[in-house]
Parts: sequence; structure tokens; C-alpha cells
Amino acid sequence: MRRVAVVGVGKTAFGAFPDRDLRSLAVEAGQKALRDANLRPAAVEAFYLGNFAGPSFIGQNHLAPYVGAGLGISGVPATRFEAACASSGAAFFHAWSAVAAGIYDVVLVGGVEKMTSQPTPRVAEILAGAGDMSGEMRAGATFPALFAMIARRHMYQYGTKREQLAAVAVKNHANGAKNPLAHMRKVITIEQALAGKPVAEPLTVYDCSLVSDGAAAVVLVAADRAAEFSSKPVHVLGISQTSDCVAMDEKEDITTLRAVRSSAEKAYRMAGVSAADIQFAEVHDCFTIAEILSYEDLGFVRKGEGGPYAQSGATCLRGERPVNASGGLKSKGHPVGATGVAQICDVAVQIRGEAGDLQVKRNEIGLAQNLGGSGATSVVTILGAGK
Amino acid sequence: MTTGTVYTETVVWSPPEMYVNDAPYQIAIVDLGDRRVTARILGERVAIGDPVEFVEERNGVEYYGKGKE
Repeated sequence: MRRVAVVGVGKTAFGAFPDRDLRSLAVEAGQKALRDANLRPAAVEAFYLGNFAGPSFIGQNHLAPYVGAGLGISGVPATRFEAACASSGAAFFHAWSAVAAGIYDVVLVGGVEKMTSQPTPRVAEILAGAGDMSGEMRAGATFPALFAMIARRHMYQYGTKREQLAAVAVKNHANGAKNPLAHMRKVITIEQALAGKPVAEPLTVYDCSLVSDGAAAVVLVAADRAAEFSSKPVHVLGISQTSDCVAMDEKEDITTLRAVRSSAEKAYRMAGVSAADIQFAEVHDCFTIAEILSYEDLGFVRKGEGGPYAQSGATCLRGERPVNASGGLKSKGHPVGATGVAQICDVAVQIRGEAGDLQVKRNEIGLAQNLGGSGATSVVTILGAGK
Repeated sequence: MTTGTVYTETVVWSPPEMYVNDAPYQIAIVDLGDRRVTARILGERVAIGDPVEFVEERNGVEYYGKGKE
């Protein structure tokens, strides 16, 4: 298996952009990544695009060649990957697999979602398609409701508190306020977070990530050619994608995201590191409780200790292990199909030392964790400066 | 009569399009021993550990209500 490196990154701003369509967002991100890698579109050997629900949100299918042509990429494989909110994490994993296997030397991976053209109840219904439509969703669940039920059970089993969930929101908003590309650049207090409008009890609007438009892209190459494209290549040290059942009522213990646990274990093994070696991370905080589960299932702390860890300050920008320095899905925004690749961009920029006001101090080894649905897909990627 | 125990629950305030007129409503994952089902809760609100009883099935959705201790 060959070593693989990220040599170009590109992101649009995340937000509500009524004047922008899906294709223009994806093309903007792709062009930025190509420019960052000094790469001509004609040199791209394959194009991977993560997108969850373009057909439902905007009525457009066949998205990868549609976006690819807009970038000047044609005559090569161009394929869309769908794995709910882990769509572009899955696209990245499969792109990595092909380069590592020696099939291609140079590929582009994008992720995009255009969500804000639909009213909230319709968005909730489209997102629900990432769950079991014949069971939990038919009974009236939504994604906030599924994670609310996880939160309730986590509180019951481990004594996790509302204030600990709110601490995640306060931290991520504090970071996002400094991120020029973030959707909601607003500092919030614990009191505000606790007094938010209920969405699905015990979660309020401040526990939920945002409905956003946006795109991200990265250029992946065989590591032995990385110097052709970048003076600061970022290496994929370990990566894994794993799966679990879609329906939450089929899981034995909903307080553990088994796919996160298994993908993290495999990625750590490939990288030859342990959880203790991870200096910073971008994790999938689609809801505040999800970030707490990530702390536990990535092995940063033991099961049940995620709540106190959130409150301890350890994961703040100046803490011992910054988590979601970008603002996370909570504040940066969550255009679902773009999120996985956006996390890779954010970690790579930190490793390159180019994160500005959000730069973490220890930046040699970082982790990105992208989750699909209520845990049926997980992609964990470990990136580092060295080989 | 089918009875079970509440494994977890939530009250939904921001509903999907098809239940936009029902909110707020409670749903729960009910533990039936050999399986679990995501159900709608009728009447009194329930909490984790509470006993519940099957009431009816409508449009493929199971409805439960609070049972006796």
C-alpha cells in the first residue's frame, strides 16, 4: 500500500446563500483546492464527490460529472458518494483507497450541500432519510430527536448534565466566532445555551448544528509525488471507514457509537499511534451530545466521562487537546455532504500552521471524525506533517 | 396485552413535514424484552424505566401509553 498526501485544500464560506447554487459552490471549492496544489484540471485522474441529498434538496442527480465539467475535469471517472452526513468522508476514504492501491496518482475529492432553499420541516424530512424511514422516522423521530434520545440515555446511565452539553456549544461558538468562513460567528453564554428554544428535549437550538450551504475540496496524491504540488504536504497516517445498523432501536447500547470506536481503533493501528497521541481533532458535533460521545468513542476519555471532559476546558482552543478549533458543525456550519472534506481541510490547515487566530499550539498530529446518521457510518482520518 | 419499559424518550418540538400539526409529541424507544420499537406515546408523559402498554397501531406506527407499576 502506498503512502498518500493531501497537497491542496479549498473551502467556500458556510452559510445561507440564496444567490448561490450547488454547482457554483462545489466549483469554487474545487478551484481553490486545485490552485492550492498548483494543479491543472486536466491532470486530475479521478473526481470523487460527497453529497447527501442533492436530488431531494435541489432536484439534481448525476452530480459528480455535473460539478466536474464545471471544473474542467472530464474524460475521467467522476462519481458521487452518499453516506448521509459522512458522504464526503466516504468519498475521501474511497479516493484514498484508490491512490494507496496505486490506481491513480492524483485525484480531487469534493463535498457539497445546498440546504437552505427548503423550509425547516422539509429539511427535517429530507435529513430523516438518513435514518430508518419505515421505523423510527415513521413514528415521528427527526435527527435532533434521535440524538435527544441518546442524550437522555447518556444522562441516565452516566449522570451527564445539561450544563455539560451546553459547554460544548459555548466552546464551539467561541471558536467559530473567530473563523471568517463560519456560518454563525457569534459568541454565546452557558445561560443562553440552556435557555434556548426546545427542539427535541433535552436538546435546544443551541445543541443543534446549523442548516447550511457550502462546499469543500482536497487534492490527494501519491506521497512520493507530493513535492511536485506542495512545499507542505499533509500525510494520511491512518484512515478507516466502518458501519453499524441504521435503525437506532436495533442497537444494544445507544450511548456508544460502535462504528466510531471501530474506525478509530483501525485508524490508530494503521498510523501506529494511540488516542493519547492525538494533539487536536475536528469531530462530528452534529449535536452537542455527539461531541461528548466522540470524546469517549475516540478513546480520549473512558465511557461516561465525556460530559466532565467537556466542562474541564481540555478541548478549548488553548486546552490540552483542542477539539473543533474551526467552530465545528455547531458554529462553522453543517452543509452535510461537505462536512467530511471540510474537516480534512481544517485539520490540514492546522498542520500547515496556517490557521491564523485559530491555530492550535501542538499541531503535528490531528484527527478528523465524520459521522453518518445516528452512527451507521463513521470515517476516522489521522493526518500528520511527517511520513 | 403487550407491555414494555421505556429505554429512552424525547418530546419533539420541531417536527418533520408529515407531523407538523402534532408537535409537541413524545416518542420513546420501548424495550419489549425480545426487541425494541420506536413508538409514539399517548397521554401522560413517560420517563426512562417507566412501564408502558400497547394501545394501538395506526399507519404502521405503534402507540403506547403509561402502564401500571
